[in-house]
Amino acid sequence: MPATIEVRGLVKRYGAITAVDGIDFTVDRGEFFGFLGPNGAGKTTTINVLCTLARPTAGSVRVAGHDVVREPHLVRQRIGIIFQDPSLDTQLTAWENLALHARVYGIPSSSWRPRAEELLRMVELWERRNSLVRTFSGGMKRRLEIVRGLLHAPEILFLDEPTLGLDPQTRRQIWVYLAELRRQTGVTLFLTTHYLEEAEQCDRVAIIDHGRIIALDAPERLKARVGRDIILLSTEDNTRAVQELKERFGLVPMVVDGTVRIEAERGDELIPQLVRQLTVPIRSVSLRRPSLDDVFLALTGRQIRDEEASDLDLMRERMRVRH
Amino acid sequence: MATIEVVERLRPPSAVMRALIGIFTLWQRDLLRYWRDRTRIAGGLAQPLLFLIIFGAGLSPWMGTLGGATVGPDYLQFLYPGIIGMSVLFSSIFSAVSVVWDREFGFLKELLVAPIPRWAIVIGKALGGSTTSMLQGLLLLLLAPLIGVRLQLGTILLLIPLLFLLAFSLSSIGLVIAARMRSTEGFGLVMNFLVTPLLFLSGALYPLNNLPTWLTVLTRIDPVTYGIDAIRRVVLSSAGVPQPVIDQLGVTLFGHPLHPLLDAAIVLILGIFLIVLAARQFARPD
Repeated sequence: MPATIEVRGLVKRYGAITAVDGIDFTVDRGEFFGFLGPNGAGKTTTINVLCTLARPTAGSVRVAGHDVVREPHLVRQRIGIIFQDPSLDTQLTAWENLALHARVYGIPSSSWRPRAEELLRMVELWERRNSLVRTFSGGMKRRLEIVRGLLHAPEILFLDEPTLGLDPQTRRQIWVYLAELRRQTGVTLFLTTHYLEEAEQCDRVAIIDHGRIIALDAPERLKARVGRDIILLSTEDNTRAVQELKERFGLVPMVVDGTVRIEAERGDELIPQLVRQLTVPIRSVSLRRPSLDDVFLALTGRQIRDEEASDLDLMRERMRVRH
Repeated sequence: MATIEVVERLRPPSAVMRALIGIFTLWQRDLLRYWRDRTRIAGGLAQPLLFLIIFGAGLSPWMGTLGGATVGPDYLQFLYPGIIGMSVLFSSIFSAVSVVWDREFGFLKELLVAPIPRWAIVIGKALGGSTTSMLQGLLLLLLAPLIGVRLQLGTILLLIPLLFLLAFSLSSIGLVIAARMRSTEGFGLVMNFLVTPLLFLSGALYPLNNLPTWLTVLTRIDPVTYGIDAIRRVVLSSAGVPQPVIDQLGVTLFGHPLHPLLDAAIVLILGIFLIVLAARQFARPD
């Protein structure tokens, strides 16, 4: 498969702040590629450069066969974008929003209308096509934006935190639609997210932190690097438990969010021993395979999940802007 | 695999074509939004009506006929073209606020990543804003019989381009300011500081002759002065006011009375200068 996105040595600075600090990657045609990282890691900045909204400070970026600096309009013609924040004209109807989009992308009516109908039917908005977008819920707006982003048959669809601020049920629904659209159109998906379960679905994931890519591989292979099982222990006295685990078992425990976290080769065999031999009373034990969060933790010593609280702050901030 | 209708991949249109499509689309969007927002239309009419009915009717009896002659217009007739200009001033400047709104509500991003040049977005906005503001001004012509001003069809046809020019120039001022604004509140603040002097210095409310020198200079700097002067000359002449009286009430520049065409030319040149400025500010990439 030929590459449809090629990024070489991309640097983006805003004044003294380096948002993206020299990243390289390629995305193949038809691939589902994810950018995973905490807020402020440089995900949106990278997407803005790829979508020709921001000029790179250094490096070369080719998207859909064209250089983003030299031929931005050819890039724009071939990509669709779902922004982090809604970007619909709420005073217009769903159909009018699509018509406006089709017009500025230079698609003839005979071509976009049947496509719009099919896409709207697929995301179950066909019946509401003549309603003002003002009356739509957050999830409906997102679905309409996905339809709009795909209307001009882009080679690549960029999704910048597409489910941020949506409830879990709506998030799942959006992903069902996206999977179906991908199956039917073969479009390349470029996703930025800090939701682990979304990144898990990608063909390949780049983990980004402080403007640098610190790992890039298929989610399974990334997790295989951490490799070992993870045991989470909840005890009456975590400090004593940690001490005992170090001294008597030779393990390297960590306390994360009030639970003791241990990595081990054979977690299933270790648990019975722990239960039998620890003198600290155990409240609960769980065992799991490593997640992408564990990969991030192993690479940076921090968790992506730590930053999720800021979702709420972000929502609050948006509400303030809106009202 | 691809069961969804595939869009014809036409050769991408030329840069000029893309710009024209963008301009037209944005112009049409503004018109659609204007038409849909009846409260805005009604609200835009309310303020000029209050000025005319309360302010104008209140002052008129004290002023008698203006221009010293028995054939001159009364104050209400003098004020009327000024209020049309005022209505254009308010609605054009505030039409630019929609750019700030679009930025705040995200729609601007959809336009910025579309394959149309950024300057086309600015021009489309300016034309959309000028058209709706012109319509708003034209609506006030319905009041002409009440004011005692007879309008011929020719007058109305002449007023359309004049109102449009003034609206274009003023929308461009709004866009220059909106280009770098991030919040509606900030825009509102700047605009209030700008709109009031523009109105008071424009000759909408009083004739601009025999003023103290400092005020004469300020009024001649205000671009709205020339727009309103052109409107007033056309309206008064249509109402049958003799030319010497019109010249007496109209704006003079270095002692010479202005012709409506010269007024229009001044407004046009200023409008072009401002729209270029707005487009340049807008086109600056991040």
